[in-house]
Amino acid sequence: MYIYVIRRILLFIPMLIAVSFIVFMLAFIAPGDPLTGERIDPAVDAEVLDQRREALGINDPFYVQYFDWLGSVAKGELGNSINYNSRTVEGLILSRIDNTLYLSVFSLLFTIIVALPIGIYSARKPYSLLDYGATTFAFLGLAIPNFFAGLLLIYVFAFQLGWFPSQGSVSTVGLSGFDYFFDKIRHLILPGTTLGLASTAIYMRYIRSEMLDVMTSDFIRAVKAKGMGNRSVLYKHTLRNALIPVITLLGFEFGMLLSGAVITEAVFNYPGLGTLFLDSIINRDYPVIMGINLILSVTILVGNLLADICYAVVDPRIRYD
Amino acid sequence: MRGVYMKNEPLLEVNGLKTYITLENKKQAKAVDGVDFVIHKGETTALVGESGSGKSMTSMSIMRLIPEPSGKIVEGSIKLEGKELLKLSEKQMEKVRGNEIGMIFQDPHSSLNPVFTIGMQIAEPLRKHKKMKKKEAYKKAVELLVMAGLPNADQIVKMYPHQLSGGMVQRVVIAIAMSCDPKLIIADEPTTALDVTIQSQILGLMTELKDQTNSAVLMITHDIGVVSEAADKVMVMYGGQIVEKASVKELFRNPKHPYTIGLLASVPRIEVEQERLESIQGTVPPSHAFPKGCRFAPRCKHAIEACTKTVPELIESSNDHEVRCILYRGEETRPCDNHEQRNTN
Repeated sequence: MYIYVIRRILLFIPMLIAVSFIVFMLAFIAPGDPLTGERIDPAVDAEVLDQRREALGINDPFYVQYFDWLGSVAKGELGNSINYNSRTVEGLILSRIDNTLYLSVFSLLFTIIVALPIGIYSARKPYSLLDYGATTFAFLGLAIPNFFAGLLLIYVFAFQLGWFPSQGSVSTVGLSGFDYFFDKIRHLILPGTTLGLASTAIYMRYIRSEMLDVMTSDFIRAVKAKGMGNRSVLYKHTLRNALIPVITLLGFEFGMLLSGAVITEAVFNYPGLGTLFLDSIINRDYPVIMGINLILSVTILVGNLLADICYAVVDPRIRYD
Repeated sequence: MRGVYMKNEPLLEVNGLKTYITLENKKQAKAVDGVDFVIHKGETTALVGESGSGKSMTSMSIMRLIPEPSGKIVEGSIKLEGKELLKLSEKQMEKVRGNEIGMIFQDPHSSLNPVFTIGMQIAEPLRKHKKMKKKEAYKKAVELLVMAGLPNADQIVKMYPHQLSGGMVQRVVIAIAMSCDPKLIIADEPTTALDVTIQSQILGLMTELKDQTNSAVLMITHDIGVVSEAADKVMVMYGGQIVEKASVKELFRNPKHPYTIGLLASVPRIEVEQERLESIQGTVPPSHAFPKGCRFAPRCKHAIEACTKTVPELIESSNDHEVRCILYRGEETRPCDNHEQRNTN
């Protein structure tokens, strides 16, 4: 088990280097730089801009820029934002990442809490009314794009019913303790649900089909032949096996959630990493773009690592290979 | 030995059992179509037949583990020591499964849950049926494994199924089946998935354990070799019905039903030189489209017109030898030459 985990972590290092290269490469080959575009005063002399470029290091060859960047990344410095009054990128990211994390965790919890019981029920009573309802919901959840689902929820629950706020991450300043906490949660409900909708649909179907699959396997018949009751057959033997691929997927899911939040955050004007990312792209703020790209890639890698470790925890056949 | 017993005391009585399966196209498959037999204490009875003959469905009916709602026991009676199993509630039936009837399956690896330890899986029925505490059940699990011929049992209880070989896992499955001292053990092709060298060890172990505990075994197999090695009595099944019933000695010496004769002739024999192995022409008819008369008639060399009219009854042709064939009605002739002579042709 330990050897397995250590091997996985060692594999993590070359992947990290490859990711850093790709992240840098993407920013490098993108056309334009922070000093091009309509935000720059056209009256400014081209020579001045060139001096500025020289000072920022934009004119250096690729490898020099890459290793400069890599060197500072290794020290935990992601450079300075060009847009936000030269604040450090890591500072900017840190100021936003907590909101995105709340959003991700909320939507992940939403997914699990909704998908698990409905998936199990659908498998226990396939082709029942509720199963058909869940199937319909799953197809809708998959077919409706995130931004549209978000707008729909805003229209119904914020404008028509007025139950939840449609914007931001917290309403009034000056709240503290529990009030602050509940206010945060209230702001999370609509974007969190939007973000979790598609994965809820997927997991619901996934759990259902995995459960049905395991239920027909030989060992379940053997468990029944031992005289085990329904509950034991279903929740101990079937569920435990059906969750193996699901838990693995959840690891990946967690990595994907942060990057998936970009559009949802934009729809709800939620001050997280996603809105920062969009702003930076619009302003060609490359240090921030690279910084966020790096963070997102790393979370995906960490998610994969988590998935691998979870897999080994729940499936003894993996542990001993 | 567990006390004195009467060899002829009936343990399991199956009468007129019919298990039908509704297929996707709404057709009814008569998987088991009127099966009667008795298993006595201390006996090993083999149920032989090709795939699709209904032998596994018979065993699943006894366990009441027919996949519902497509499968259903339509009528009949299954009595275990006089207790009607078909009238029990699901909760009562759970107390029979694994407790009074143990079951051994074909593929040992796929009959254990891959994510739980061996010890947990043996302890499970003990905790449920014998109300043992966890520690006690694990202690018993170790004893059972030793009894099943696995020497380093205290390590095996901590292992997972994939860490053991097929033969070892089948011993584990046997230990599970024997764990609660069942009266009857149903073994559904227990050696089919195993290496030939392991097969006879496993059969030997089963016979030994059966004798030790005075239980009875219903051995389901398509392997005539297994029958001759382990069984006392044989029932040959074809098309959802039993076509011949006799003791092993009698059946091998004096097979009567043309199907049985064909089955025995298709076993390769080392002492006989043969160009080609005998085989029965054709295949088992699907159980939703049985012929009107005798189910074997379309493949039978000796079929006469009367065979296609009505399904023949199971008749007692000689002492303790029953056969479902019209050719034996009231006479003592064989429908064909001695099959051993035929083999030498």
